[in-house]
Amino acid sequence: MTASDGTARERWIGLALLAPALAVVTVFFVAPLAMSAIVAFRRKDGVLTLEHFAKSFDLYTTDLLFTLAIVLLSTLLIGLVAIAIAGYLTLGENPRAVSILRWLYRWPLFIPFVVAGQVMRTFLAKNGMLNHVLIGSGLIEPLSAQSLLDWRGIVIAFVWKQAPFVTLLLAGAMASLESQHIEAARNLGARRLRVLIDIVLPQVRGTLLVGLVLSFVTMLSVLSVPLMINPNSPTMVTVDVAYRINTFGDYAVANALCLLSLVLAAGGAWFYLQHAVGKVEKT
Amino acid sequence: MSAQSLRAGLPSPLRTLLRAVVLALFAFAIFGPLLNLLLWAFAERWYFPNKLPLEFGLTFWYRVFQPRGNALASLGTSIWIALLTVALSLAVAIPAGYALARLKLPWRGAILLLFLLPQAVPNLPVYVNIAQVFYQIGLNGTILGVVLVHASHGLVLAVWIASAAFASVDASLEEASRNLGASPWTCASMGGNYQIASITALLLLIPSIGFMLVVERFLKADVLAMVGR
Repeated sequence: MTASDGTARERWIGLALLAPALAVVTVFFVAPLAMSAIVAFRRKDGVLTLEHFAKSFDLYTTDLLFTLAIVLLSTLLIGLVAIAIAGYLTLGENPRAVSILRWLYRWPLFIPFVVAGQVMRTFLAKNGMLNHVLIGSGLIEPLSAQSLLDWRGIVIAFVWKQAPFVTLLLAGAMASLESQHIEAARNLGARRLRVLIDIVLPQVRGTLLVGLVLSFVTMLSVLSVPLMINPNSPTMVTVDVAYRINTFGDYAVANALCLLSLVLAAGGAWFYLQHAVGKVEKT
Repeated sequence: MSAQSLRAGLPSPLRTLLRAVVLALFAFAIFGPLLNLLLWAFAERWYFPNKLPLEFGLTFWYRVFQPRGNALASLGTSIWIALLTVALSLAVAIPAGYALARLKLPWRGAILLLFLLPQAVPNLPVYVNIAQVFYQIGLNGTILGVVLVHASHGLVLAVWIASAAFASVDASLEEASRNLGASPWTCASMGGNYQIASITALLLLIPSIGFMLVVERFLKADVLAMVGR
């Protein structure tokens, strides 16, 4: 058998193994999404048009930018929190503190977005537990207590929910690193922060990016958290989509907004293809 | 400055205290919101400016679990759907993960991204189209239909993790055992043994995602009824 025969055979086997998974995604998501795209580009009489996109930009440019800003900020914070926790789990010297942290950080992982939204709605409200604790501990005056149920609430809920997921991936990647380099640097007197930034992080960069891209696109499409915490304008695109459908039955603009949201997600996908997928191949 | 001299600068009891304070704050950040939920679930009367509920009780729990409430039945259905989704996801994701990790495939990055797509789009309008497709093929209102849609969302994690699990098993180990006469099937299961941790992660993640999606469905009708009012 020649080498090219082998490769061709491998391709067919690979395709056959992938077929069931691809079929599920194609039939139950890609095809319906294509139907959505068609609706977004068509007038009622069937003529192709861009008017739904014009209307979307007209009404919702602020919300599109608001969505992008919130999701980018959340992604950044998730990355920082995940690096801090995973870094301490890998380099921490107090075994008890490490095991407590390991037990603590995972809890929100198993909380659905809709529950996270409900939990934060009561926790961050003006009369919520956070303000009670801050007032009780004398950190703020009762009169200066304010509700966090705006963009800050959405960001807090997203970070609370998604940071453990990225941490889980990142701590796993860090744990599988060769410990010799780390030991050597420590023995030469390098500080832990230096070791984390110079030695550990460059080696787990791919995993971090995969986790962040997954979080980025997931947050873009979550409806429940913005709906429960901050449904008033400016809000996230998912809330607008639900509003177009429930109030006006306006599927055309709703679908146009979906495609615009997909364009934002494509930015994350591009990043993933540029920086992360190669790393995955090599590991 | 060396690490030793820096750490010597901070006395050990102070460092212990600092560590305890940071851990306590972190614990509050994680459990504070959940504790809040717990308090609300058992509160009978709670109004401003009281920091804690005035009365605790089970009134609302009786209401949730009263026979007409159907909550238990819904919970049962949710768990059943989640279990079926896990089974289906694993069944299609493991061969796909193997192919993506071990075989030379064209468009590998694009295929991996395709599985990400269902996570990346606001779902509401797409579900309307899915409902249309389901009506045509008679899947509307069936458990199987719900499972298939959940699976299409969960597959990104299932496939990505399965692929990573296979990629991290040293392929030369399998080759060696093939040379020693082991069947391909034994090799596949050996790959599994080396990756118990990864599969455990998969088993833990898929249900949580499935659970998330199921509960979203569970509450969706109520939530949607409030939209725009």
